[in-house]
Amino acid sequence: MSDLQSPTSAAAGKATDDAPTTSTAGANAPSAPTGTGRSFLPQSTLPRHLVVLVLSAVLAVVLLEVSSPYQNSQIATLSYYAIAAGGLTVLTGMNGQISLGHGALMAAGAYTTALFLDADEPLPLPVILLAAIVVATVVGALVGVAAARLHGPYLAGATLALAVGLPGLAIYFHDIFGGEQGMRVRAPQAPDAFESFVQTVSGNNASSTKWLAYVGVICLLITYFFLANLVRSRIGRTWRAVRDQEVAAELAGINLGAWRVLAFVVSAAAAGLAGGVLAIVVRLAAPSGFTLVLSLALLTAIVIGGLGSLLGALLGSALLVFLPPFVTNLGSDFGLNGTEAAQLAPFVYGVVLIVAMIFAPAGFVGTIRLRRMTAKARRGSAAQAKAAGANGG
Amino acid sequence: MAETHGSTAMSATGTTGGTATTTRLLEVEGLSSAYGPVRALDGVSLSAEAGRITAVLGANGAGKTTLLRTISGLVRPVAGRVVLDGEDITKASVESMVGRGMAHVPEGRGVIAELTVDENLRVGALFRGKVGKDEFDRVYDLFPRIAERRNNAAHTLSGGERQMLVIGRALLAKPRVLLLDEPSLGLAPRIVAQIFGLLRQLVDAEGLSVLLVEQNARSALSVADVGVVLNLGRVVVTDSASTLMGDEDLRHAYLGF
Amino acid sequence: MDYFVNVTITGLTQGIIYSAFALALVLIWRSTRIVNFAQGSMAAATTFIALALIQAGQSYWVALVVALVSGFVLGALVERVIIRPVEGGPELNAVIVTLGLFVAIQALIAIIFGSSFQSFPTPFGVRGFQVGGSTIPLTPTSLYVIGSVLITMALLVALFRFTRVGLAMRASAFSQEVARLLGVKVGGMLTLGWGLAAVVGSLSGLLIAGGGFVYPAYMDSLIVFGFVAAIIGGLDSPVGAIVGGLILGLALSYVNGYVERGSALVSVAALVILIVVLLVRPGGLFSSTTARRA
Repeated sequence: MSDLQSPTSAAAGKATDDAPTTSTAGANAPSAPTGTGRSFLPQSTLPRHLVVLVLSAVLAVVLLEVSSPYQNSQIATLSYYAIAAGGLTVLTGMNGQISLGHGALMAAGAYTTALFLDADEPLPLPVILLAAIVVATVVGALVGVAAARLHGPYLAGATLALAVGLPGLAIYFHDIFGGEQGMRVRAPQAPDAFESFVQTVSGNNASSTKWLAYVGVICLLITYFFLANLVRSRIGRTWRAVRDQEVAAELAGINLGAWRVLAFVVSAAAAGLAGGVLAIVVRLAAPSGFTLVLSLALLTAIVIGGLGSLLGALLGSALLVFLPPFVTNLGSDFGLNGTEAAQLAPFVYGVVLIVAMIFAPAGFVGTIRLRRMTAKARRGSAAQAKAAGANGG
Repeated sequence: MAETHGSTAMSATGTTGGTATTTRLLEVEGLSSAYGPVRALDGVSLSAEAGRITAVLGANGAGKTTLLRTISGLVRPVAGRVVLDGEDITKASVESMVGRGMAHVPEGRGVIAELTVDENLRVGALFRGKVGKDEFDRVYDLFPRIAERRNNAAHTLSGGERQMLVIGRALLAKPRVLLLDEPSLGLAPRIVAQIFGLLRQLVDAEGLSVLLVEQNARSALSVADVGVVLNLGRVVVTDSASTLMGDEDLRHAYLGF
Repeated sequence: MDYFVNVTITGLTQGIIYSAFALALVLIWRSTRIVNFAQGSMAAATTFIALALIQAGQSYWVALVVALVSGFVLGALVERVIIRPVEGGPELNAVIVTLGLFVAIQALIAIIFGSSFQSFPTPFGVRGFQVGGSTIPLTPTSLYVIGSVLITMALLVALFRFTRVGLAMRASAFSQEVARLLGVKVGGMLTLGWGLAAVVGSLSGLLIAGGGFVYPAYMDSLIVFGFVAAIIGGLDSPVGAIVGGLILGLALSYVNGYVERGSALVSVAALVILIVVLLVRPGGLFSSTTARRA
């Protein structure tokens, strides 16, 4: 039957991106990272993303200035989750590789940041965060080379071993990394310019919490701007080709392994930056901060949001930050004690992962987008529908 | 000839009788099935009689395999019904088919490669409970080549041996209707002739009804009694095998020889 | 020399538990092409059920039986309700579902039984036998561990080799469609397979808990070790899982026993072994995938 498929899907143009009837987790990441608002935004990619970037930056400043210090710290937390989730969604959603080891890659970034900040005369923060990125990238490249040959459950298991194994190194080399206790991280000083900026914008007090939240948000915006452009570029298209049309891509002369490693490297870089931000926000880099639960939480974020969608990764990360206090309170109201109530959040994550995969494998963003595309496809060519349908034969 | 739909009043008794009876064991009425929005079968009607080989012919993509898969329940039809010996089995489960007397040998041989030859046969007889050793011996007598290899893993068999194994396994189920999907695929002509010859003997001797799906129309018509030609999911013509063989236009248009 | 023997015996005892856990993973992999990452927390759940019974005054053996039975029920239920909808779908979906189950069950254990460390009894002594005046680390408990795993494996072999249900299960595992066409109730066989695998997983959970402490995440390292063992063996091969478990148990025991502060390196060593095996033989040492694909 499969011979029916190729000619018709070729006729249907970009059938791979649009075929709406397949609701697989990995294969649902269409091209546009955020396809909204085409009406007033520039048509070409880079200017459009620049406009979105500026708008988001303005929005972020407003948010940070109207919110409380506690909410500021929540936003800081959100930013490192979202940076890591953004990288992971590129890997899993765009390229179809799963990783349960991103917590360990974040640890690499966090420990690097902690070590550099520990110096008597610490380097400027951007340089330190860059170093965190570089270290995580190197680790990610090593893992990526091994991972490129693996798929599905094998890859999941190998990265699981990474998540459990790598923090062990921090315990083994306890003279450098502080063992189980971990390393305290010195908070970087805000520059004077920051104080005057906040004064001008809102007249608020430029606390250190606020500074960290700004650092987080700036990193987040830069990361997402970079990833959004990458995803729309030739690189992003090749990744999707490697994911969806493995054989065809290989026949077209694409080196599958190299592209998979590249995806892993990019996503590791994001995880490294996320780890660096985590270290300065939490002020601690310790093995207990990078357990398997962290890696699984990231996976939850991207699955809920919709694999392959940066907006989805952001929404999913927001859920990771704002859901736990909510359900923990709810648990306390129902008479659970503190430690029991604290477990409600992971319980909900788990249930959400299961339910999402069974009922809406495309996630928030993907489900909405899928609806739109299905409607479009119904109106559109019958040939395309035929191509999608012939998969069953 | 098989186009006219008579009553299905023939009782279940005597269906395995002589070759001369024209009992309609299997009746397919207006069967349609679809993969998503694509119609793979479009109102197919045909019947298979006891002691007859009914060949279903047509080009690749005509819906032949889908027809068999819909009959045995692997694909659920969107319209129409399947009647086995007077009983509507349209909604029956796949697992129950063999117990109702219908065996389906799927495309691509359908051996379980990891099991041994003997285990493959035993799986075929599982649903019947205890099955005597003599029945296995009868299959091995029929196919001496697989008897020699009964303790080898099935993936070591050649294509012809695999085909013998799956037909033997289907026979262990004591079916009244046998659905065969492309048994000639990838086999040398000599082996095809051998297998088809054996099939003919079984049908004549035991009153079995065979629905034979084939791309290789020439070989299939040489052994079949009736031919049904499918094109794009519809029945184009139903006639005796000899008439179809003689119809040069039809052969050129649909059968490719 | 004595030390070497001691470390070796410890490694084999641990290794056979990894073998059992790996075997449970392999059973499920063979039947549904899914790696059950929730295996560990499912086993932990049944161990906590056993612990609750023991704390309520029941004997170890009653608790053991109840735990294994509840493991079977849990495994069967999970397959029917949660796995069935994603079976045969994209492998990523199934991986994510079992991970979700892993997190959810672990959290549920913490909510129901608490997060604290609780000691888990063992029915036999943990003091080593005396051989020629010196104590060796072969204890009655380790004999019990080895014996119960071996008995379980023998029972499984007998089931798959010599029974009709076992044949039907194997047929369903290898070729669902053909098995269904031959009248095998494949759905039931898959449920049965998950149930049996969960029993084996539960057993390994109970054995690793014996004489030590349990807490909701106590199976986390065993998931990794069991998975590594299964990969060494090639995921498809029950014999491979057993050998893989023993190899891993020995290797980790030597790391622990001969490297200074090696206990911190055990997980890292497992990771290194896994990577090496995957790079050298991606299909594992006992892989039969080439035969399968042919």
